Amino acid sequence: MRSVRVIPCLDVDGGRVVKGVNFVDLRDAGDPVELARRYDEEGADELVFLDITASSDSRETTIDMVRHTAEEVFIPFTVGGGIRSVEDARAILRAGADKVSVNTAAVERPDLIGELAAEFGEQCVVVAVDGRRNSEVDSGFEVFIHGGRTPTGLDAVKWATRADQMGAGEILLTSMDSDGTRDGFDIPMLLAVGGAVSVPLIASGGVGNLDHLVAGAVEGLADAVLAASIFHFGEHTIAAAKAHMATAGVSVRPVGS
Amino acid sequence: MTEGPLVAVLDYGIGNLRSAQKALQRMGANATLTADRGLIDEAAGIVLPGVGAFGRCLEALDESGLTDIAREAAVDAAAGGRPFLGICVGMQMLFDGSDEASGSRGLGVIEGRVRRITGDVKCPQMQWNRLDITDGDALFAGLPDAAWMYFVHGYAAQVGPATVATCEYGKPLCAAVRRGNLWGVQFHPEKSGRTGLKVLGNFVDSLPGGS
Repeated sequence: MRSVRVIPCLDVDGGRVVKGVNFVDLRDAGDPVELARRYDEEGADELVFLDITASSDSRETTIDMVRHTAEEVFIPFTVGGGIRSVEDARAILRAGADKVSVNTAAVERPDLIGELAAEFGEQCVVVAVDGRRNSEVDSGFEVFIHGGRTPTGLDAVKWATRADQMGAGEILLTSMDSDGTRDGFDIPMLLAVGGAVSVPLIASGGVGNLDHLVAGAVEGLADAVLAASIFHFGEHTIAAAKAHMATAGVSVRPVGS
Repeated sequence: MTEGPLVAVLDYGIGNLRSAQKALQRMGANATLTADRGLIDEAAGIVLPGVGAFGRCLEALDESGLTDIAREAAVDAAAGGRPFLGICVGMQMLFDGSDEASGSRGLGVIEGRVRRITGDVKCPQMQWNRLDITDGDALFAGLPDAAWMYFVHGYAAQVGPATVATCEYGKPLCAAVRRGNLWGVQFHPEKSGRTGLKVLGNFVDSLPGGS
């Protein structure tokens, strides 16, 4: 059977979770390890940490965070941000992460995807694609890099297909148009990219309510749904999200099983 | 240093071995990452983790001088000796070979081959899935019915006489095998939350000096 994963995403800056996190009963809501443990207990299927500082002097901090997380959290987690080489990835994986996510570095040097897959296996390699609507590219979706600031002229569907062929184990597709709007995923973009790749697709960007998670799975055919603010602000628990999805007929791992 | 039975987690330099070690420690084992023959001989139990490609894992095992050690330990376990647990590719390597690397031979302790996942499903399977436990094995003692485990694999062992659990993915795939005190699990117990930890706890409990 196919089950859909629910993945909270944590943005980390200098070892601290940023973007207002609002769990009233957490001692330290900015502590990525404590938050990760909380999400694990709530029934998250997987976690994504995005290191948004990613400057070279913060690498040690990040690796430290990964090490502590791996001691406390026994579900899979991915770390992205600033990974530019096999050696960068090795340090993160050796510290205890299960997967690394690459974005800008892979666009700038696509061979990185194959190098990572050859060294660690495809299942370790998540290629994150930030797409934005642009009628001037064939599919209507253009790839942006540098956190969504820089257009590349690349077609998002073609790039995702190429990444798949080069050894990506998964595509994390974020809509830059939807991100932060809370209006829901960009369903046409999910279908366009998901229909072109053979590996699992994680939908990201725009979740504002629990129906959006259902839509990502049912209409967008995503294999996993990722969200940040609806979980961080304490509006919805992972358990509530999963119960809602199950009621709508989406197969999810029940909390506590 | 953790008290509890010494578990040697075979360290051959691939992927994320630390998670398996940490999870075993959490379940009361004195788990250590090692490629040292003396320490491995001393251990009450052996764990062979594995992620990535089948051929690459065998190659790395070889480069670390662990192929014969792992095979002997697995053969001994299968004959009722010291408990041994293979995880993911660590389980697949117990078989004769895999379609993923037709030139490489597995450890050949359990008969059968590992084959590509086919059918109307995405490959790799990268998700949580429910176990269908076909044999009420001690490894699964105390698990909820239809326990959910985390799977990441593009190839799966053929279902055979040693199979003690399957998962449904297009068709039933081999999720766990047992022969004597040799176990192999296709899922990642160290990444399957509380239910996965329970499986590792059951393994630790099976060891001399385990509770």
